[in-house]
Formats: sequence, structure tokens, C-alpha cells
Amino acid sequence: MNIQEMILTLQKHWSDQGCILMQAYDVEKGAGTMSPYTFLRAIGPEPWNVAYVEPSRRPADGRYGENPNRLYQHHQFQVIMKPSPDNIQELYLDSLKALGIDPLEHDIRFVEDNWENPSLGCAGLGWEVWLDGMEITQFTYFQQVGGLECKPVSVEITYGIERLASYIQDKENVFELEWTNGFTVHDIFYQPEFEHSTYTFKTSDPDMLFNLFGVYEKEAKRQMDEGLVHPAYDYVLKCSHVFNVLDARGAISVTERTAYIGRMRNLARQVAKTFYDEREKLGFPILNRKGDETHD
Amino acid sequence: MIKQDILLEIGLEEMPARFVTQSMNQLGEKVRKFLTEQNIEHGDVQLYSTPRRLAVIVKDAAEAQADVNEEAKGPAKKIAQSEDGEWSKAAIGFAKGQGMSVDDIFFKEVNGVEYAHVNKFVKGRQTAELLPALKDVALSLTFGKNMRWGSSEIRYVRPIKWVIALFGKEVIPFEMAGVQSGNETKGHRFLGTTASVADASSYQETLKKQFVIASPDERRSMILEGLKTLEQENSWIIPVDESLLEEVNNLVEYPTALAGSFNEEFLALPEEVLITSMKEHQRYFPVKNAEGTLLPYFVTVRNGNNHAMVKVARGNEKVLRARLADADFFYKEDQKADIDDLLKKLEKIVYHEKIGTLSEKVARIRRIASALGVLTNASEDVKASTDRAAQICKFDLVTLMVYEFPELQGVMGEKYARQKGEKEEVAVAVNEHYKPRFAEDTVPSTETGALVSLADKLDTITACFAVGIIPTGSQDPYALRRQAAGVVQTMMEHEWNVPLADVIQVAVEEVLKDNIGGKEADTLHEELTAFFALRVKHILQEKGIRYDIIDAVLAKNSGTLKETDEAASVLMKHKEDAGFKETMEALSRVVNISKKAEGNRDVDPALFENEAEKQLYSAYAALESAWQQVDSMNARYELLARLKPMIEQYFENTMVMAEDEKVKQNRLAFMSRLAAYILEFADVPAVMVK
Repeated sequence: MNIQEMILTLQKHWSDQGCILMQAYDVEKGAGTMSPYTFLRAIGPEPWNVAYVEPSRRPADGRYGENPNRLYQHHQFQVIMKPSPDNIQELYLDSLKALGIDPLEHDIRFVEDNWENPSLGCAGLGWEVWLDGMEITQFTYFQQVGGLECKPVSVEITYGIERLASYIQDKENVFELEWTNGFTVHDIFYQPEFEHSTYTFKTSDPDMLFNLFGVYEKEAKRQMDEGLVHPAYDYVLKCSHVFNVLDARGAISVTERTAYIGRMRNLARQVAKTFYDEREKLGFPILNRKGDETHD
Repeated sequence: MIKQDILLEIGLEEMPARFVTQSMNQLGEKVRKFLTEQNIEHGDVQLYSTPRRLAVIVKDAAEAQADVNEEAKGPAKKIAQSEDGEWSKAAIGFAKGQGMSVDDIFFKEVNGVEYAHVNKFVKGRQTAELLPALKDVALSLTFGKNMRWGSSEIRYVRPIKWVIALFGKEVIPFEMAGVQSGNETKGHRFLGTTASVADASSYQETLKKQFVIASPDERRSMILEGLKTLEQENSWIIPVDESLLEEVNNLVEYPTALAGSFNEEFLALPEEVLITSMKEHQRYFPVKNAEGTLLPYFVTVRNGNNHAMVKVARGNEKVLRARLADADFFYKEDQKADIDDLLKKLEKIVYHEKIGTLSEKVARIRRIASALGVLTNASEDVKASTDRAAQICKFDLVTLMVYEFPELQGVMGEKYARQKGEKEEVAVAVNEHYKPRFAEDTVPSTETGALVSLADKLDTITACFAVGIIPTGSQDPYALRRQAAGVVQTMMEHEWNVPLADVIQVAVEEVLKDNIGGKEADTLHEELTAFFALRVKHILQEKGIRYDIIDAVLAKNSGTLKETDEAASVLMKHKEDAGFKETMEALSRVVNISKKAEGNRDVDPALFENEAEKQLYSAYAALESAWQQVDSMNARYELLARLKPMIEQYFENTMVMAEDEKVKQNRLAFMSRLAAYILEFADVPAVMVK
């Protein structure tokens, strides 16, 4: 099964479970969790079921397209269900079957792995899912997001697309993976991998990036003051990406590093709080609409 | 009475392996306690657990609480009944209160006075009525980490999926976390199905048919059996690491051991790297040959049966291959790196926000180690190797390998240091300076290792104290207690003839030079002294030294840890001697009266008035010249013990607090001089004698 078919299969599977199929969010980010479809929507009482592919940028992992396992940008398939359904483990295992993985022919295990992202004020409990000893999925029950207790609890399922594909296609090198008939990961991503690595480690302009961080931060705050959460959060994401590039570049000294992370944490917490308040002002519309349906 | 078994099974999403056994035991404890409190007689309590279930079976539980015949005591006879036998209001009230009538009252003497009594019969309640409270027992379990899920308010180790509660064949009805109790269990995730459990005695069998081995001991035996078969088939030795076995056992419901291989090339990697990759990251058992050499194989324990074993092995091989290829890349890259370049990178790593970078820490370790070398009179060679080892002791933290395998810090440092041409004792010290790594670990074996180890630990403790990170109760995130214990142990075992106070002094000076925290040197020194004293006390306790003796040796004046340790052992050794009590008493008298001295310590023998004084004084003079000649605390104890008859004579014949002020001051001066020696051995009055 090629990557395209895998994505289509997962989309079909989770769509059948009532998930909204979203497209990747169009601002650079380090992980699917940072998409507003996860970070913001996990906050508050409104139900939310969604699935999407998220290209995730990790500048520090850039290897000029030469490392068989590491990428500047890899893909995550992200599922969020709030509240977490009782049969979520079974739904997940069914998705593996849909991908052609017969559990009777493999060793599938749920191994404790708790997730914490202090810079976003996030914490969750769950597992990494092992397929014959390989970690293919992060499975997390969110307990806290942006410093706010999650009520109800969202479950987040994050498939590492390239990891899973390397298993399904039995390939040792990520660049040999078939994306779709006649196209490999190499064909599509090698050049951007090389160029982004070069940019990250050599040609990026730290002064400009430091400057941008400040500009983005200021704009995030200004929009928050206006109660405009989404524009504000876009700028938080931009801060985060710029920071990641600077960090990978080695341009951030140790003391500065702590300070920058602190600044982003403050922004994330403020956004989370503002989002909650804004949804509350709107009367948590998705929650109430669901209530109406029940009466029907 | 009819007896029936109780079965309680809590079905969960996969629990963290580290919580399974302790949660099972906790459930057992709490069920036992519940039965005792409820007065329900029962037989054996059997415990079961897998990653997805905690279960307890109580054999032969009584169908009802035992009936109780209770004697209740009422008012005294003279209050209960008038002389003509009329019952008083008090008596009527008492009988009524007990659910009886005055006709049931009889009299019985208690402490010579007759009181009204009734025999009360309390019928035992039906066990079935009481058992729904098992829900609260199940919900009362505590775990290291709890979670919420869905819209539930309950916090538990993982979501609760099903509950079986049976008394005999009857379901004990209750609901917990939105789950209704019943008699349906779930089998293995992939090999089994849902199944009904008829009663407790068929619990294990029912699950076995569903590919779940509920008994952890039985699973363990299956794993060991599987390992043994592989050993025999292939002439392998598979060393069994207990903690790995325990973890693996709690990751599977139906274990099947299977072997895989990896490319022989990877055997060129250090053994520790291979073992860590297999054990820590993949939970595999490494495989050796009869000579103890690692072989290019591994064993994993699958959660399933022996179907499609080759496929599962291939998958695992692929994962390990990627890991080892990474490790191999790291190892090769690290070998190209230069120690000085790596040390430069430490400038970029913050050790702690308020304490500074690792590079700054290393500079302090160097200064402290060098000062310690002066205190211990280390040879020039040792001083040189200590300085180099201190300088490079953290370089491996920025190697790729240690970044990937943090548990190999020090281990890789030693290997790389040797490869990069460092002297043997320097390389060894880079690894040893982390010792003791855990409570039961040994101290560094070399002098260089000990110096660097102490410098590192003292720096950590002192810097943390300086910025207010001080362990309280269960809070000790930097494991400062363990590190301080390591310092004490190392000083004792290396027989350092250096007082702890001097060692603390060095650390305080060097840390404050870097402007860490805002404390005064004296304050910091005081806090550290108290902290270390507690560690010394703890270590002596662990050696079985009696409390009062610990207090006595800790309160003694000055001296080294070696002497403290020795003095404690000497007192423990002699405490059963004939005359020990009298010796302690005699020495204590000297110490106690010396406290009245007012500073004057000049003794004028011409002012002595009796023979006993003169005799004790000449014995004292002999002790004074012998004291520094002897080098063991035992010999010092003997010197002091020899004074006993003279001291006794002295106090029999001498009034220290004499009328004549001059005589008195002279005697007190003498006593305080003698006391000084006694207190150099131990605070003798603290020793308890019967």
C-alpha cells in the first residue's frame, strides 16, 4: 500500500467514525498537536471529532535528504475525538486492519508513554503503540491544554505516516517509500529537504528571524487584546517556527533559550484562555447544537 | 455455614507495566481489610493481574457475618433496682436501649460491684448484602499517576472497561465509572473473545481458553520456559535481568518468546550500547555464548501465540537494525570528535537556570577537586590526573551516543577518553565519578575517581543549597540526599583523614566565587553541615549502630568521618564489656563538671591537695603524650578507659567546687583539659548505660 492509499484509507476509516476530515493547517508547525484543530479545540466542553494529515516541520532534524530516517518535514495523521469514545482502542485497531495489518500476524502492544509539552502547558497520559517492536502511533488522553484542565477529555491519535509506511512497504530508507504510483518520497521531497536543511543551517538570517519573532509576538498579543484568537494563534505558531529555526541554527544562547520558551508559553496560555472565553461568549454553540439534536 | 467464593475483576485499558504488580497487591490488601472490617470469615485470597486486568479471588467466604452474642453492661445494681426489687427508670432505659426488656437483665460483678447486664444477640448480615461495597474498595486504589477519560470525573490508572463481581455464581450488582458489574470478561485482544465466567473456580480456566494467563507467576514461568527452550536449541545463554523480566511479564497477557538476529558487524559497538538498545529501548533479552560474549541475536516476548513467528521476528529485526545503524553512526561520528571541541559545547548547556552552564560547573569541579587533593595530601601524579579527569568528566554529555542513550553517561566517556589517548586513570575516573550511582552501588575505586566524584557531588549539593533547592520531606528532585550519602560513604571508605567541615568549606568558597545564590558563606556552611550530619547519622544507622552512640559520636569535637565511624564501632564493640558502664560514668562526670569551667585552662599542680588529684594528673599527662601517637580510635578508647579507677578515686576524695576560689578554678581547669580529650573521642554523656 502506498502512502496516498494509506492516507485515503485512514481518512475513510475516521470519516466513518464521524470525524470531520480537515486539511492541513496552513501555518508552519512542529507537530499536529499544534494545529488549532487540536490545540484550541481540545479546550472547553464542546464535542469535536476531526482527522487530518499534518506536515510537521522539525528544522533540527533536517539532514539534507541524506539520512534514511530523519526528515526536516514528516507527515502525521492526526485524529482528535472529544469526548474520548469508550471503544477508542478498538476503533484504532480497526484502522490498522484497514491498512492491511492483521493483528494475528503481528505483535501489537500498548506501552506506557506520557506526553508533556511544558511550553504549551500541555500534559497527557497514554501509550506509544508498538507494532513488532516499532513505535507507530502516539495515543494520548489529554489532561491539560494551555494550562487548562480538559473537560471532557480529548483523545489524540497520531500516526507517524512515514514510519508506518516503511513497515507496510518494507523499506529501510524513507526516501524509497512510494507516495503514489510512480512517485517516491524522494521524487517529491528530496529537493525541499535539501534546500530547507541548507536554509536552516547555513543561509537563514538570524538577525531577521530574531526580529520576526519580536514582531510576531507583538502582533499575537495585539490580536488577543482584540479578542481575535485565531489570528493571534497564527502568530504564536509563527513565533514557534521561527524559534525552531533559530534553535537549530544554534543562534540561541542558553539563557536566551529559556526566556524564549517562557515567552511562547505565556502566549499559548493566554490564547487558550481567550479561546475559552470567546467560545463561552458564543454560548459554546457546538455543545448546544448537539443538545438540540438529542431532543429530536 | 455455607461458603462461597468471591471474584472481583477490574478490566482496564493497558496499565503501565510498572503499576501492575503493586496495584494487584494493593487490591488484595484492601479486599482483605474490607473482609476483616465486615467480619466476613474467609479462606485464601488469590491475586491475579495482566496489563488489562486486576483480579482477586476470595475462597470460601461465609454466606453471612458471624452472629454475635454480646454482653452489654448497664447501671450498677443499686441504681438499677430498689431494695424491694423494683426496676428503676435507668434499668428500664438500659434494657430498652439494647432492644430487650428488664426480664433479660442479670447481675454480674465488675471490680467488686454488681452491675446490670443483658446478653445481646446480634444477627450477622448476609454477605451478599455487604459485597456491593467492593465497588468502593476498587475505586479506593491509588496509583502513581491517575487520569481522567471521556466525560467521566473519576480518576484511575487507565479507563475502566468492565467489572466482574461474583459471589458464588451470583453477580454482585453495582456500577462503577459507568460500567455495570457482571460476569463477562474479555479475552486476549486479538486471540480471544468475550467470555462468561461461571464462578471464581473457573476464572483462570475460562481466561486461558481466551489466551489470557491471569496468574503473573504462571506467565513468568512460561517466559522462562521459552527462554530455556531457545537456550537449549541454540546453545545460547540468555541472562535474565529481573527487572526486565518483571516489566515484560506485565506487558503481555499470553507470552511467547521468540528470537531474532542482527548483523554481526554491529558487534563492533560497545557491549553497553548493544545491551541498552535491546533492553531499555526494545525490552529484548540479549543473548550470549557460554564464554559470556554477546551474540548477534536477541529474544523478545510477544503478546500472542506462535502464529506467524517469522513475520514478527522480521519486524523486530527491522526496528533493531535501524536503532543499531543509528548507534553505529553516532559511535563513528563521536570517534571523530575532539575532546576540546566537545568541552566547548558545554558552554551552551544550562545546568540549571540559577546555577549556570555545565561549562561553569566543570570549572568549579576542577577547582574543588584540586583543593580536595591538597586536603588529602594527594601525590603530584594523582593531582595531575584528577585535574584532567575533572576537566573532561562531562565531555561525553554532548556526544551523539549519550544524547541518544543518556543512561550511558560516564560509560561512553570512559571508552571515548581511552580511545582519544587519555591516561588510564583519567578515563576510569570519567566513568567512576558518577559513583555511587544508586543506593546500593559501590564508591569510586580509585583515588582520582573519588576526588572528582566528591568535587562533582559537593558542587551540585552546595550550588543547589545556595539557590534554595533544599530537600524537604519527599521532595528531592536532584537526589541531593543520595549524593550527600555518596560523599560520606566515599570519604569513609577511602579513609580520608579530612574533617567534613573542611570539605564543605572548600565547596562553599568555590560556589560563592561564582556568585551563585545570595546566601552568606556562614549560613550556607551551617545548612550544609546540618544536612550532611543527617546523612552521616543515616549511614551509621544502616550499619546497625545504636542511636545514643550515633548521637555521641556525631556530637564529638572535630575529627574526620573515618574517626566518627571508628568511634561508633569501638563503642558498639565495648558496650558489653564488664566495667563499660562505670567507665562511661566516670568519663561523663569529668565532662559534666568541666562545663562549669570559666575559660581558664592553666593547671597549677602545686594547688593540688590530695593524692588522687596528683595521680589523675600524672595519668592525664601520660595520656596527653600518648594521644597523638596512637592512630586508632580503639587505642584512644583504651587510653581513656584506663583512667577510670583514677577518676573514681579523684571524685571520692576531691571536692571540685571548693570553697577556695583559686583551688576551684584550678580543678575546673584540669577537668576541662581532660574533658577535651574525652570529647575528641565522643560526647560520652550521650551514651546510655543501664
